[in-house]
Amino acid sequence: MTRIALTVNGSRCDADVEPRQLLAYLLRDQLGLKGTNVGCDTTSCGACTVLLDGESVKSCTVFAVQADGCEVTTVEGISQGRELHPVQQAFHELHALQCGYCTPGFVMATISLLKENPNPSEEEIRLGLEGNLCRCTGYHNIVRAVQAAARAGA
Amino acid sequence: MSILGHRVLRKEDSRFLRGEGRYVENLPLDGAVAVTFVRSLLAHARITGIDTTAAQALPNVQILTAADMELGPFGPPPFPGLDPGMGRPLLAVDRVRFVGDIIAVVVSDDRAVGVDAAELVAVDYDPLPAVVDPHEAAKDEVLLFPEAGTNVAARSGSPEHDEKLFDGCDVVVSGTLVSQRMAPCPLEPRSAAAAVGPDGRITAWLSTQTPHQDRMVIAGTFGLDPAQVRVVAPDVGGGFGAKMLNVEEVLLVWLARRLGRPVRWTETRSESMVALPHGRAERLDFTIGGTREGKVLAYRLAALQDAGAYPVLGAFLPNLTALMASGVYAIPRIEFEGRSVVTNTTPISAFRGAGRPEASQTIERALDLLAAELGMDPAEIRRRNFIAKDAFPHTTASHAAYDSGDYEGALDLVLRSVGYDELRDEQRRRREQGDTTQLGIGISTYVEITNGVDETEFGEVEITPDGGAIVRTGSFSHGQGHETTFAMIAAERLGLPVEKVTVHKGDTDEIAKGTGTYGSKSTQIGGAAAGLAADDVVEQAKRLVADYLEASPTDIVLDPALGRMHVAGDPSTAISWADLASRASDDGRLAELKAEREFKSAPSFPFGAHVAVVEVDTETCRVELRRLVAVDDAGTLINPLIAEGQVHGGVATGVAQALYEHVVYDDDGNPLTGTFVGYAFPSAADLPSWEAVEMETPTPLNALGAKGIGESGTIGATPAVHNAVVDALAPFGVRNVDLPANGENVWRALQEAKA
Repeated sequence: MTRIALTVNGSRCDADVEPRQLLAYLLRDQLGLKGTNVGCDTTSCGACTVLLDGESVKSCTVFAVQADGCEVTTVEGISQGRELHPVQQAFHELHALQCGYCTPGFVMATISLLKENPNPSEEEIRLGLEGNLCRCTGYHNIVRAVQAAARAGA
Repeated sequence: MSILGHRVLRKEDSRFLRGEGRYVENLPLDGAVAVTFVRSLLAHARITGIDTTAAQALPNVQILTAADMELGPFGPPPFPGLDPGMGRPLLAVDRVRFVGDIIAVVVSDDRAVGVDAAELVAVDYDPLPAVVDPHEAAKDEVLLFPEAGTNVAARSGSPEHDEKLFDGCDVVVSGTLVSQRMAPCPLEPRSAAAAVGPDGRITAWLSTQTPHQDRMVIAGTFGLDPAQVRVVAPDVGGGFGAKMLNVEEVLLVWLARRLGRPVRWTETRSESMVALPHGRAERLDFTIGGTREGKVLAYRLAALQDAGAYPVLGAFLPNLTALMASGVYAIPRIEFEGRSVVTNTTPISAFRGAGRPEASQTIERALDLLAAELGMDPAEIRRRNFIAKDAFPHTTASHAAYDSGDYEGALDLVLRSVGYDELRDEQRRRREQGDTTQLGIGISTYVEITNGVDETEFGEVEITPDGGAIVRTGSFSHGQGHETTFAMIAAERLGLPVEKVTVHKGDTDEIAKGTGTYGSKSTQIGGAAAGLAADDVVEQAKRLVADYLEASPTDIVLDPALGRMHVAGDPSTAISWADLASRASDDGRLAELKAEREFKSAPSFPFGAHVAVVEVDTETCRVELRRLVAVDDAGTLINPLIAEGQVHGGVATGVAQALYEHVVYDDDGNPLTGTFVGYAFPSAADLPSWEAVEMETPTPLNALGAKGIGESGTIGATPAVHNAVVDALAPFGVRNVDLPANGENVWRALQEAKA
């Protein structure tokens, strides 16, 4: 076991982790943050996307020990109380989610995308979210939601 | 003003957006041990030994095999014609039949240790020849079930040929459509947990589409009264037809009973890609004949369905293909023969469309092939064969009783929306210029069947003490938005704001009965049942109000705009739902404001027309989908926002089949597409925006006028895109491109045409 210390959604956490422990399971099983879903085991689907020091990563492909000393933001850490983050709000208003399983990952990837490129074209959105998979929406409304969030200055 | 038909934002979104989804894997379950399955690495083999010594040496690990199993095989569903002798042992007995068959179960305190232990279980295999190609399987040279004496699991239609079927036809053309094997890929892999209470009562938490049916099967499997079983389906992250009770869930219940401890299991994606049933995998050889004027006279289909290693629903799919063979066309003579064979591959079950996409893909290709032979425009040949708008109800030669439709109206609308004539002009220009980026335009006009087997659904409405309402439905929602749509239906009847109506589903202890969700049947039967129950509650409320106002119930009316009841003509003394509920609570009469109903309906037949526009680079063979315009008519829409979302997702899946996805095995039955790295699940970067165009032709079958919308986009899109790719290559003499019509298959088609 290795002792690590990290900041998750603004709170400092200490954890003892096996060297092989993945960040996704540290968040889910040890810290109880179940919003980070795991949809694959090959870094393909992006359901587990979180922000690591402000940049999106797939938490199934980051060892927990790699997050030692880092700041992690999960979907639980982006809204202000009951008020949704503008990206969450846009996903709601544009019907950009159905079963909801890929949603936290898409929301986190979108936050990261808009930080890098606040005014992306449709093509840039599609390429920027290439690492996230959705089986329900056909991506149409997800793209619209990202555009709306960009307009809202998210 | 009625709320129906409005784009009401979804009530269920908040918890998903916040990461508070209640998926099975997220539920706390004190003291639960982890289950890991040891799965076969070979497609076909005898098991000659299982050594668990090394695995058992890990801390707190227990391993169970077929030697521990007292239950018999998990039989095929009771569909007519399925061979009941081809059941699947819950744990493989002596023989494995596909990569993914379960050989042993590891139970561990720690999930990671369970995975370690599973890898240490040493299985001795004596390999047997594998049969992967259904054509080979049909030869019965390698048998999966030697005692059955054949690989044929089911037959449908008739093997008899009418030699005069094509009499009177000026033109007869033949072809083959292989609707390739696909993986359903719900984003949430399956997850299950089970616990046994002190009274022996079972609770199973399942990621399933069909909690009530699962409860009955679990009860039957363990010889229990259904009252002794509770199934809870909490939030479910997509199903697409694949998430119904399977051997894994039964094993979880078995383990919970045997160990006396709660157990839980969550599938990995790589596991899911071999263990969750696949879809499609149907080959159709077709012959179509007609007159020189393009009037189709006869159509013959022979289906060969790959059922996978154990026949389940997939083996039954040719029956649905047969039923829908005629498509939107008035074809006087249709012949169908279907066979389903077992192969050493993952079992085939339902996947978004289930048997109907195969029918639509085939007739739409056949029509285009006939049009090409006649030199006729694909739109024109369709017009000449449509079942007329005034011909409904209409029973086809393939025995489907269509309720309503306007097929030519849908075609007109889609051609107008896409700008068909301009596109043909552009195509002509590129052909004349010998452009290396050729334009392809593909049409599909389709009809499908929803609520295909005349099912019944349950709905209950109850007024709560604060004057709101709870709807309980036997239908299930794993992304479809019932919490909003069904709330709208009840709210409209009750005259309540939709915010005051809460929809409950998925818990067999709370919902008296139900069938679940598949076959796009939810709104037309489940929504209709909820609406009827709400109507009953209104009538019962009027009686209560009559008592309170000392009037006759027949004189009481509901003002739906205000949600108040009063004597007709005297709105000054009105009682709101909140007042009524409060008063009824005080008087112990709240139970009078509760009603349950069941609603049964014949199948409905949504239809539509799609046009796809593709560009094909004739040098690199790259295919790019430029546009897809979809007219999908599912009758009256309750919530167009949600319906449109269903169309978008459906179309994406249809396009995925047309251009990308294909589950591939090597000759030995090893899966080559067993992860999301190898399987071509399209991302946003692989797809365009969709152009969905609304059309509403109500069905007379239910008071809502609604048909199903969940699968129509999938059914319509694949043939449109497929036809577009073939159309782009027509100048090179190409008449067919195999699915998926990707660069490789386009290259093959061009090579063949040159040869």
